[in-house]
Amino acid sequence: MLVEKYADRIDKIFAKYQDKRSAMMDLLHLAQEEYGWLSEDSLREVAALCDVDPTQAHSIAGFYTMYSEKPKGTYWFQVCTDLPCALRGADDFYRQLCEYLGVGEHGGTTGDGLFTVEPVMCLAACDKAPMMQCNFHYHENLDLETVKALVDKLRAEAAQDQKAASE
Amino acid sequence: MAHILLRDRDIPDIWQFDTYVANGGYDGLKKAVQDHVPAEVIQIVLESNLRGRGGAGFPAGRKWSFIPQDAERKYVVVNADESEPGTFKDRQLLEKNPHQVIEGAMIAAYAIQATAVYIYCRGEFWDLAHALEERIDEARRANLVGDNVLGSGWSCDIHVHLGAGAYICGEESALLNSLQGLLGQPRVRPPFPAQKGGGLYYEPTVVNNVETLANVPWILVNGAEAYKEIGTPQSPGPKIFCVSGHVEKPGNYELPLGATFRELIFDHAGGIPNGKQLKGILPSGASGPVLPATDDVLDSPMTYETVAELGSTLGSASFILMDEDTDMVWAAAKMIHFFKHESCGKCTPCREGTYWLERIYDRILRGEGTPRDLELLESVPNQMQGLTLCALGEFAANPVLSTVKHFRDEYERYVGISPASQPTDVPEVAEPVAAV
Repeated sequence: MLVEKYADRIDKIFAKYQDKRSAMMDLLHLAQEEYGWLSEDSLREVAALCDVDPTQAHSIAGFYTMYSEKPKGTYWFQVCTDLPCALRGADDFYRQLCEYLGVGEHGGTTGDGLFTVEPVMCLAACDKAPMMQCNFHYHENLDLETVKALVDKLRAEAAQDQKAASE
Repeated sequence: MAHILLRDRDIPDIWQFDTYVANGGYDGLKKAVQDHVPAEVIQIVLESNLRGRGGAGFPAGRKWSFIPQDAERKYVVVNADESEPGTFKDRQLLEKNPHQVIEGAMIAAYAIQATAVYIYCRGEFWDLAHALEERIDEARRANLVGDNVLGSGWSCDIHVHLGAGAYICGEESALLNSLQGLLGQPRVRPPFPAQKGGGLYYEPTVVNNVETLANVPWILVNGAEAYKEIGTPQSPGPKIFCVSGHVEKPGNYELPLGATFRELIFDHAGGIPNGKQLKGILPSGASGPVLPATDDVLDSPMTYETVAELGSTLGSASFILMDEDTDMVWAAAKMIHFFKHESCGKCTPCREGTYWLERIYDRILRGEGTPRDLELLESVPNQMQGLTLCALGEFAANPVLSTVKHFRDEYERYVGISPASQPTDVPEVAEPVAAV
């Protein structure tokens, strides 16, 4: 449970606001960080913390694009394909990345559950296109070679994590 | 000339508290709190005619002056939901010169005697927002934020709030709803945020853009008169121009308002790559009308009033440049896809209008458009403009109407009106998000 594991952090979040409801977005971020996505149970947990009906937590989770009510890959790639990035080759970059990961030309999740690729709306990095976020961290001035290197690095990291977990 | 806003260009580690203070940082706040009563601070900013840098260009001092003095709770909210395609200036300010934003916010807070400041960062500024909290801690430890600021008896803390991905939250009333844990949808106005009933927690609230506030410390230190010597009388001060798209050196450029389009695009940003001609300019990201790159436009000064006279808006000064090879129908379709995705769904004309516009564009780009579609592209936006609670519906109409107006021949080729053959190399439009 979030409330047991993150008591201090949750207290700090509530202290920022005049009412409990205002803490909902921070708490949904916290829940997603902890569980990887927002399940029915985690939405109920956040709703209870904020003293609101679970439907309210559902509506917030559904409205904002960073919340996911379905599991994503361990590494969630969000590639900006808006106009400024597209003028600098982002559509081609997106297709190449999808092809490299074998997820079909419109994006999706790899069979091993490691990578999810999706297009995303403008991320305020238009001068460094093509660009994307991986789990909300910026990666800029990309091309197929640099992103391949990133994918390889993340694959190696994941393999190491798995090995460590099984030992 | 030394930068006033992008000071990291002159002093790379100005993000550090000690460096910022060693270079005059927080002198503006000290001057405000120690030498002036709050009303005088409002008067100084009013006289400087600093205009809001988020897009609307509304005078900041006037916004501050609307706050009723007798309200028990008052707030300053910093709009850092920077999401307009082509805009990436607030991110640089918050990452590279964060203390100047914190200082500006505290001066605004002192001027209206705010009880708290909230910085609303778009959720994707995850790393930046966490770093910003550390910068605020540094200012708090130096008694510049928090209890009894600089011994004045006035207390005001700063909190960072993270959004979670929604362009609409850059609209101030939607932003306030989002801060309160509600859906990011605009409110009916009046009451306006500055009025009782309209602001954060329905208390009087000033909402200012990051860049607007970053101007304020300099104004306090150097005075309104000195500020007005930069720029033009109606559009004073420095401005950060974001340049992206088909350009040799994309990036942020700080120039006085009133510099010409040509200076920005060719002298500073290096012109158009590969010897191509510039065809279209979006001076305010996706939300303002496109301008054809004529000599008249290129030689015009970039001020709020002249860009309006040219038939567009300066907005947040996000210049997306498109060269001669750009398919303007495709470009408009990209922008419509954006607005359709970002429409919050509250007002029918915007929700339905953007949906139908996207379908029309898909049809045209597939080569299945008819002359009737071109008529629809003029009538649908007209049924959105002026009929929505916020400006998103207004914005979404702009790329359509302005590209049809200035580049009608390209549409005519697609729908088979023009005798010229259809473009053979039809660019693909990215599909909507596959799995959310």
